[in-house]
Amino acid sequence: MKARVTVMLKEGVLDPQGEAVKHALNSLKYNKVKSVRQGKVIEIGIDEISEERANKSIREMCEKLLANTVIESYEIEII
Amino acid sequence: MRAAVIIFPGSNCDRDLLSALRFAGHETISIWHKETELPKNIDLIAIPGGFSFGDYLRCGAIAAKSPIFKEVIKHIDRGGYALGICNGFQILTEAGILPGILQQNVGTKFISKAIDLRVNNTSSTFTHNYSSNYIISIPIAHHEGNYFASADDLKKLHDRNCIAFEYLDNPNGASDNIAGILSENHRVLGMMPHPERHIENAHGCQDGYPFFEGLLATS
Repeated sequence: MKARVTVMLKEGVLDPQGEAVKHALNSLKYNKVKSVRQGKVIEIGIDEISEERANKSIREMCEKLLANTVIESYEIEII
Repeated sequence: MRAAVIIFPGSNCDRDLLSALRFAGHETISIWHKETELPKNIDLIAIPGGFSFGDYLRCGAIAAKSPIFKEVIKHIDRGGYALGICNGFQILTEAGILPGILQQNVGTKFISKAIDLRVNNTSSTFTHNYSSNYIISIPIAHHEGNYFASADDLKKLHDRNCIAFEYLDNPNGASDNIAGILSENHRVLGMMPHPERHIENAHGCQDGYPFFEGLLATS
């Protein structure tokens, strides 16, 4: 089974990288770009008997290591 | 005083830290991160700067889960002293020992220069050699030094006199100009600036010497 975890900065947390990318896009004349947020995608291959158990286990991984919930939120998708 | 310096793959300020501790008259020992036990009679655990595990995932996140860190946490839970400088500070926040997190600098650039710090707390073992509001020059060298904490955590830090050092001219966007914080019992310090780089006469400035000289001395 494979899962995709998307980790993003929470709303309201300043994202200097996203801001820099936005400025670069604007300077390429993409003037309609109003905001950019940058996060990361982690793909996990996991041996689990059900999607439910995989979800539970990956949620635990996110809380323990993959995301820092002080500033980051995460979403899990079984693919 | 006997200090243990923990070394991770990618640590690069461990020798400077060992040298500073010895220069100030302390006994030192180096510990590799794969060790599962700390030697007996360690008074202070020191976590050096660098790029542990290549800063993969988040700065300090992987080091905070390494085998030796279970022992570091036990030492701290027993009321032991610990110091984390730069990447060491990032590791202490990732381990949940200190509140908040170090984010990327607001200007997105790596900053390496000496900056001025105000000593805010002068009662801890790390800071008692400085007088209140004393200004010291200490080098910084980081890309993720922008301290962020929830409003609640910031209030607690202020109320409990846990803010050890503040930037005079905030270089990285840190909340409330915070450069270094203490744990609630004031026995664990995390700081972004590198006091071990301003120790000896040859460094051109010795403002970091009182910091190391005073460690675990009666305040």
